[in-house]
Amino acid sequence: MSVKVLYFASLRETLGYSHETLTLPESVSTIGALRGHLARRGGAWEALGEGRNVRAAINQEMVGPESAVADRDEIAFFPPVTGG
Amino acid sequence: MSVSVQEADFDVGAETAALSAGRLDVGAVVTFVGLVRADKLSGAGSEVSAMTLEHYPGMTEKSLEAIIAEAGGRWQLQGVRVIHRFGRLLPGERIVFVGVASAHRGDAFAACEFIMDYLKTRAPFWKKEDTPEGGRWVDAREADDSAAARWMT
Repeated sequence: MSVKVLYFASLRETLGYSHETLTLPESVSTIGALRGHLARRGGAWEALGEGRNVRAAINQEMVGPESAVADRDEIAFFPPVTGG
Repeated sequence: MSVSVQEADFDVGAETAALSAGRLDVGAVVTFVGLVRADKLSGAGSEVSAMTLEHYPGMTEKSLEAIIAEAGGRWQLQGVRVIHRFGRLLPGERIVFVGVASAHRGDAFAACEFIMDYLKTRAPFWKKEDTPEGGRWVDAREADDSAAARWMT
């Protein structure tokens, strides 16, 4: 399964990436699992680890950690929002 | 019902007038305008000199439309206009406009506050303040979460 992943705001700066296309192993089928998968890259990527204050969206809708990831999804990770 | 996410400023008078233009069923128009404050920086004598707003193009518009749709399910609304700016803004500049038209003031007041509370916690915008030490991302406030939570009854 291949997905596009976007990073915003402070998370984008911490990671040094705004987006990437990823091929995921079958074991990575939820947002929570994807965060763990990315955090295991180590270093700055630990910012995505469990317990860190990161929000997620699938195809531009806010979702929780249990949400299922599907092939060709646009997934985004970002800090809590501060608009208005 | 319309949403704009733009770098340019907006005309509060024109936007407010447009909410009831050509209609005789609107009895109340409530508007909110959010501005950049020159907050004092902690531990320094200086103030925020500017801020830059980043957003998630596409999701921003969708989330604002979803918030307006939810407001429309809760109150009788004749018109809603939301404008949110992004890019670099200086203290005193307008950031956000929410205007709501309704037959009666109760629905217009409530819907305007609801839309702002939900926008604060659900629309993907992030503020970065310019400080003498460089850029600093603004932390989300718990008060904004509790303001949004009071509508979840």
